[in-house]
Amino acid sequence: MVRTSLAVLVIDENRIRASVIEAGLREAGHQRVTVIHDVSGIARRIAEIEPDVIVIDLENPNRDMLENMFQLSRAVKRPIAMFVDRSDQASIEAAVDAGVSAYVVDGLRQERVKPILDMAISRFNAFSRMARELEEVRGELENRKVIDRAKGILMKSRGLSEEAAYTLLRKTAMNQNRKISDIAQSLVTAAGLLGPAEDE
Amino acid sequence: MSMGAEHQITAGFMPLFDSAVLVAAGELGFAAREGIDLTLHRETSWANIRDRIAIGHFDLAHMLGPMPLACNLGLTPLASDTIVPFSLGLGGNCVTISNAVWTGMAAHGAVPDLDPARAGAALGAFIRERAGAGRDPLRFAVVHPHSGHNYELRYWLAACGVDPSREIEIVIVPPPFMADALAAGRIDGYCVGEPWNSAAVAAGTGHIVTVKALLWRNSPEKVIGARKAWAEQAPEALAALLRALHHSARWCQDPANRGELAAVMSQRGFLGLPAAVQMPILTGHLRLGGGAELDIDDFFLPFDKAANFPWKSHALWFYTQMVRWGHVAHTPENLAIARDCYRPDLYRSALKPLGVALPGANAKVEGALKVATPVGSAGASLMLGPDGFFDGQIFDPDEIDTYLQSQKTTLKA
Repeated sequence: MVRTSLAVLVIDENRIRASVIEAGLREAGHQRVTVIHDVSGIARRIAEIEPDVIVIDLENPNRDMLENMFQLSRAVKRPIAMFVDRSDQASIEAAVDAGVSAYVVDGLRQERVKPILDMAISRFNAFSRMARELEEVRGELENRKVIDRAKGILMKSRGLSEEAAYTLLRKTAMNQNRKISDIAQSLVTAAGLLGPAEDE
Repeated sequence: MSMGAEHQITAGFMPLFDSAVLVAAGELGFAAREGIDLTLHRETSWANIRDRIAIGHFDLAHMLGPMPLACNLGLTPLASDTIVPFSLGLGGNCVTISNAVWTGMAAHGAVPDLDPARAGAALGAFIRERAGAGRDPLRFAVVHPHSGHNYELRYWLAACGVDPSREIEIVIVPPPFMADALAAGRIDGYCVGEPWNSAAVAAGTGHIVTVKALLWRNSPEKVIGARKAWAEQAPEALAALLRALHHSARWCQDPANRGELAAVMSQRGFLGLPAAVQMPILTGHLRLGGGAELDIDDFFLPFDKAANFPWKSHALWFYTQMVRWGHVAHTPENLAIARDCYRPDLYRSALKPLGVALPGANAKVEGALKVATPVGSAGASLMLGPDGFFDGQIFDPDEIDTYLQSQKTTLKA
């Protein structure tokens, strides 16, 4: 499937995302993949690697520096241009939406590059989804912790059972039209202000 | 966000102080008062701004003055037709160099007075001394190849007899990294907007040697670049925004509002830097390094001196510098593109209902005003200038070829 294998350079300060993309490219049969997290000294690295395709995240503030280097630097032996398939506006939009951009060596055929860009787009999207889910799980865990502490405070100060303490929290939340975790947080904060840590 | 807003506008900006007029329009209600729901997106590179304008994520954005020209002249990938209906201010940049270069310049007569001719002569002598000793050329950084910073740094050096294409190296560094790169010795100097010059001075790692306001007084810097297709399809939204920006710019210029403006800009979503570091650009009072301090007239103007008027002569001066440094070929077609990019007609028609002072001409001879001069304008009085180049040159936008020819010979002398 892959003829002479393309050299792909991935520039991403996010190490986890970079490795997710690297793995994807390798699975797709690209063996010559290099990942760079830090752009200092990048001109030399590009001269060494001679990449056919460069994939970079849009959060990277060094894009302007890189584009200028691709156009002008003597270190870059072959001209590199942004991957823009004018006939494929949807693909450009998908890339920007996903937060990724690609640059390719002049003369490389679009159909050889597009699968790499598509792969990068889907991996970037998958990574964002993963990061969002992780954030939600983390939030949930935090909520559960604070609710447990609030229950502990009620059990100790009001002599309630765990179940009764939870019921009281839930009822208060319903009456005030707020989340249980918010009520729990207020209680924990108030207890912290009012005296020694009674929930410990 | 008001639900009933008449116009929805999405704009991008870079976290630089000269986005202030756009940011304040959104944050302080000037846009809302014109019936605009203005959504601002902070970006991390000019390339991102260009891409997001091109694919329609943004209707308009805070841009480097020459950037819309570069888009229209096809110098950038993903270029989309971009117009400039408003300028975000005049001045605001400095040239900062490392302590080591300052020592070298001082040995050749540099003193901390920001005088471009004296500083340039000293830097030129130091550069030749280094070349004679077989040392590497000095490396200067600017923020983007198609930027006022790149062109004013080159103009300054060339006028002082230094060929910026051969005698120094020019690299691109994002503004927030400039001071660190200088401290680490990766670069020897840079041209950037505030607060990234004062940052190096405060850290004790750099000296400010000259400023944009002295290289070319009241000269153009950032602009509003709008996607032409959007501007044509939503002319009323654009006109309403230009009025909002006008009111915002007037507010930003008022010294009484400096504290509040600095507080708005210091928020994490905007500049994210302490209010104190924004004071030099607002007051024009600069610390230069080594204990020297100076007050600069017209250091940065967000409103005064017709700062918001998109002069065609500003665009054409950028065009001449693009030609001069080999960024674009000088052809009648390219000249026409450059001439059509800045749109004083849109600015004028949007502001006409306000009855404010408006320049009568679309272009002016740059560098001709030696003192502040009231000009004939529609409505109230309007002061322009002084607008001199430090080397006394004049740029007549009707004499482009002569100007280009004169600049060709400057360096050979």
